[in-house]
Amino acid sequence: MGIKGMKKEEFRDNESLELLKESGSNVLLTTVNDVINWGRKNSLWPLTFATSCCGIEMMATGAPRHDFARFGMEVYRASPRQADVIVVAGTIVNKMAPVLKRLYDQMSEPKYVVAMGACAISGGPFFLNSYSVVKGVEHIIPVDVYVPGCPPRPEALLYGMIQLQRKIETESIKSRRRRNASHDVK
Amino acid sequence: MEETIKEIVDENQEYVINMGPQHPSTHGVLRLVVSLKGETVKNVEPHIGYVHRGIEKMCESITYPQIIHLTDRMDYLSAHINNEAVCLNVEKALEVDIPDRIKVIRTIMSELTRIQSHQLFWATFGMDLGGLTCFFYGLRDREKVLDIFEETCGSRMIVSYNCPGGLMYDIHPNFQKRVKDFINYFRKILPEYDQLLTGNVIFQERTRGIGRLSLEDAISYGVTGPAARASGFSCDVRKHEPYSAYDRVKFNEVLFNEGDTFHRYLARIEEMRESMNIIDQLIDNIPEGPFAVKMKPVIKLPEGEYYQRVETARGELGVYIISDGNKNPYRIKFRSPCFSNLSVLNLISKDFKIADLVAIGGSLDLVIPEIDR
Amino acid sequence: MDKVHLGDIIKSLDSDIEIKEGKQFTEINIPASNLYTLAKQLRENHETSFDFLICITGVDYGQDLGVVYHLRSIRHNHTIVLKTRISDRENPQLDSVADIWRTAEFHEREIFDLLGIKFTNHPDLRRFFLKRSYGFPLRKDFVDDINIVTK
Repeated sequence: MGIKGMKKEEFRDNESLELLKESGSNVLLTTVNDVINWGRKNSLWPLTFATSCCGIEMMATGAPRHDFARFGMEVYRASPRQADVIVVAGTIVNKMAPVLKRLYDQMSEPKYVVAMGACAISGGPFFLNSYSVVKGVEHIIPVDVYVPGCPPRPEALLYGMIQLQRKIETESIKSRRRRNASHDVK
Repeated sequence: MEETIKEIVDENQEYVINMGPQHPSTHGVLRLVVSLKGETVKNVEPHIGYVHRGIEKMCESITYPQIIHLTDRMDYLSAHINNEAVCLNVEKALEVDIPDRIKVIRTIMSELTRIQSHQLFWATFGMDLGGLTCFFYGLRDREKVLDIFEETCGSRMIVSYNCPGGLMYDIHPNFQKRVKDFINYFRKILPEYDQLLTGNVIFQERTRGIGRLSLEDAISYGVTGPAARASGFSCDVRKHEPYSAYDRVKFNEVLFNEGDTFHRYLARIEEMRESMNIIDQLIDNIPEGPFAVKMKPVIKLPEGEYYQRVETARGELGVYIISDGNKNPYRIKFRSPCFSNLSVLNLISKDFKIADLVAIGGSLDLVIPEIDR
Repeated sequence: MDKVHLGDIIKSLDSDIEIKEGKQFTEINIPASNLYTLAKQLRENHETSFDFLICITGVDYGQDLGVVYHLRSIRHNHTIVLKTRISDRENPQLDSVADIWRTAEFHEREIFDLLGIKFTNHPDLRRFFLKRSYGFPLRKDFVDDINIVTK
């Protein structure tokens, strides 16, 4: 059956996601929300951004065995203007941090960030005694989903992308702006 | 405005473009500042350091068995061979005798790692030149090698399987059968690779005669690995200074004379065939014995300097350890092959078009975290 | 060629050096001012002909800085180690060998970046990995309280 066939009730962790759903809007707004979210979550296009080892596992997720085109992530876009999600795969160092921030700023809304691998979550194996590794990409851009592992298996990355899809389902037109308020200028 | 455009288009002015750190075809975070006249490349300047994690400084505060986990992540496509370099250096310094079983298993895993790295090279090289099918075929077959790794070592790519004194665990009972099945399968598939890419007329037009590297330049710039062997430089460490079980197997060193992009590509395809021959000679007679030698709980190398070199999929990796008798190394230096291979990029891409720059960069098979360490 | 014969030839090229037998290779200690001439002779002499520079390593010995060259000859298949020391920690300088072996360009830039040793006559001495104003991390007295996390 695989990951795509899992029912919603079987994702037993992250129940707090359901609390994000706004309740009490009128029927028209809810239907419009549902349609927009359905369209967004089923066609997330990632940006080609891979720094080190996790990049190879991300490429392996696009390979025939764990194909992620069946989840809608059909093509990799090279230009940040055309991409929806940036999967930060690999270590970020002090020299690369401004480049990453610039790429994130150049992406157009709605945009999402997935921190893949231990290095992007917290600096990973390079946390201690390294003078140039950024200890977690959260210091630079806001992160939606964390996928642990060193490197995470392709199935783990797919699970992370499905969690991102569930998170997108809970969005509504009114509340999206508030979510990113801590990192955005406006 | 019209005059400016006319000047540039008439190839009178040089202008500078930036193939930035995030680029689909630079295989990692390499920044190339390219000066062009029209579409012809005049000067390429690589800027590196976008993934410099300070591994050499970190190693001065950790113990020798812990270094294995960092060298894994340096050149992640030859992870097993990198670990082998450090382990051989430590074992040579402590003058420990390694049983035959360990040597044979290390050699088989190294050759599987080499095949897996060249498969990825084939997949991405074809993709860079526009043939997206190569990506799917190459990665489909690479998954079979990763299955073997996962069953025995526990992880697909970053296998910390070697440790000073031997291996972490014994091989799985299915190991021999799976390796033999893979070799039989891959021998039949490799002609398909030739059909798809090597004989393709567009591929030949794009790679023959492009980016020639002469023998003197290869020696002077310190190029090693398949990129140098395609120019006629005989530098295979497995032949000149055999380690592990390489002294008891027969294989050919793949040498060509032309030194262009096509022959750098061909050298790697032929190396895959030679690797399969090596595995064939070893897989049936793995000697019995222990899988690890008992070492002291805290490993301290005697005072002195030690140098060990191995042949990774990209060239000659050297590990130089200066020890002062403590449990941490005083200074450890990794002589990485891609560092020297990158220095030759400016020389060989002069006066070719910018689309050829992608082909030349791909044929040197650079892995950027190894350059930056 | 065996090590004793090689040692004699090198001693005849420059008498100011100290030859020691290390555990693996012959080690040659030479003062920093004579380095360039000896390196050039080692490459051009037919009996030694060291045409492949394996790598250059910068070391911080505590009191002074050092540079270690590993050289190999493709024709005769022997390897030696060339070592020098620089006692000036504030402004260390050494002659560049980039016109003898082209691979030294990148290696010397890396040593300048991480240890601060300046190489004269280098075609393009700039920092490689780190920012222009950062210190020299590989030195033993390097302290960076903001970035480094120790247990």
